Amino acid sequence: MTTIGTGWRKALGWAVLALLVLITLFPFYWMLRVSLSDNRALAADADSLLPAGLTLGAFERVLGLASLEEARAQGGSGASIDFGRFLLNSVLTSTLITAGQVLFSSMAAYAFARLRWPGRDAVFFVFLTALMIPPIFTALPNFVLMRDLKLLNTYAAIVLPFFFMTPFAVFFMRQFMLGISREVEEAARIDGAGHPRIFFRIILPMSRAPLATLALLAYVTAWNEYFWPLLVGQGEGVRVLTVALGVFRSQTPQGSPDWAGLMAATLLAALPVIALFAAFGRRIVDSIQFSGIK
Amino acid sequence: MTAARRGDLRVALLFLLPAGFGFVLFYAWPALQTFYLSFTDYSLLAAPNWVGAQNYRDALGDARFGNALLVTVEYVVINIGVQTVVALLVAVLMHRLTKSSFVRGLLLLPYLIANVVVALVWYNMLDAQLGIVNAVLSWVGIDPVAFFGETSTAIPTIALVNVWRHLGYTALLIFAGLQAIPRSVYEAAAIDGASEWRIFRGVTLPLLRPVLAMVLVLTVVGSFQIFDTVAVTTRGGPVDATRVIYFYIYEKAFQQFDFGYAAALSVVLFAILAGLAVAQLRLLRAGSSDLD
Repeated sequence: MTTIGTGWRKALGWAVLALLVLITLFPFYWMLRVSLSDNRALAADADSLLPAGLTLGAFERVLGLASLEEARAQGGSGASIDFGRFLLNSVLTSTLITAGQVLFSSMAAYAFARLRWPGRDAVFFVFLTALMIPPIFTALPNFVLMRDLKLLNTYAAIVLPFFFMTPFAVFFMRQFMLGISREVEEAARIDGAGHPRIFFRIILPMSRAPLATLALLAYVTAWNEYFWPLLVGQGEGVRVLTVALGVFRSQTPQGSPDWAGLMAATLLAALPVIALFAAFGRRIVDSIQFSGIK
Repeated sequence: MTAARRGDLRVALLFLLPAGFGFVLFYAWPALQTFYLSFTDYSLLAAPNWVGAQNYRDALGDARFGNALLVTVEYVVINIGVQTVVALLVAVLMHRLTKSSFVRGLLLLPYLIANVVVALVWYNMLDAQLGIVNAVLSWVGIDPVAFFGETSTAIPTIALVNVWRHLGYTALLIFAGLQAIPRSVYEAAAIDGASEWRIFRGVTLPLLRPVLAMVLVLTVVGSFQIFDTVAVTTRGGPVDATRVIYFYIYEKAFQQFDFGYAAALSVVLFAILAGLAVAQLRLLRAGSSDLD
């Protein structure tokens, strides 16, 4: 094999990789481009790379800052929408889910990884089988439960099924806690520390890195969840961003969709995740690589 | 049993209490209920009556359910086929060219974005009138395609949109598998003068098999549960072209309130997924690597 041959090969490889990165990133740019455009200008100028008729009108419209007349004049559907509210709902429910799930799953992981009790591994196995159950399998009875508890269209209904645990979270934390050396615990026990103290003062601080990773993954998953909030959280007061986007899309007229508004709302839903990714991308990459090969 | 062990048990139960409560209330009990409901005529509005296997017999004769299965399989084949091949290519390229976690990160970004967001962005980009993709096609003289709007293109379109979302994730998992292959294996093959393709076919692929098996099980099971993209774009149409299983069950349960029948279809879906996972692991002999 000649050096010129490998050089060409490398260049070709890089070109393919660059093309794929471009295809990966272009839709994000396009979301921004359309959201900063004016609907009428868009119709005349669908393929310019820059925003058509640069304006922040779409963002004002979806955040409920523009009057209904203004909104209609800009090609909005005329329905009153307030993505600020939906954004708040998403932040609230995702935060609650993450806080509960990370704490309670870690506690369970502690029982599975650091305590000795009869039946431990059998119980853990039963927990794990839940990984195999498709969400729709439990969604029907869970919906009935929420209805019977009169919780439909409340934050509680959106949050509860994910609040106490997910099989993945328990599994993930257990894997880490199995690796902590026993000596640390023994030393604390000799000093007279009980299990709650050992858990909160020693194990949790030592698990900072995996806890942060799990919190990140839990938050993004909760933020992106569509199916469950669609079932129990359609009401405008508790509607989260994903559900709101679906409603917005179905309300937009077939003939002349409010593309600028739709893309502005879409961008609002994507931005927090993009920000988290910019801050913690490396951690996310490493954790997926790690949990994937386990 | 020693006192120390009993002590641990009591503490363990305390630590397990919240997660156990959530597990029983939102996973285990509802799963059992779904089994039970699948043998009833439950409709959300009236109490359930036992109907035996009637729902399952109905499912056998339900042409639209048969269609939903077919459409879902078509989706999974296109989605997983394209995704696995391209992800394998990307993983090998990254492995050979760059260990940069920045590149891996960029490719992973779509995976972190909500299905709904991804669906709507592509819904805009693939629009028949104003979509940028059709604008680009028209530059090379291709007539506009109504990607989401035609029975022949709707499923491939949705499948490829989700390839876009999952490509980086799948490539990352395969990449991790590639890193686990010892360098010495490649060096030995290179000394023997094997070509790149021969090395890939003869060394990389066989050694990667356990990882590929796991990746396939994960992605196929996930792919079968396609819902979000369909729900915000085509809603099952045009006609029944994208009425995938998950969406069909959703409609039966939450639009026609036929909970008993929807529960039976969920059981069938679950059985299919479990069967697939077992079959895939068997076929690909996931447990054993040629490294052992």
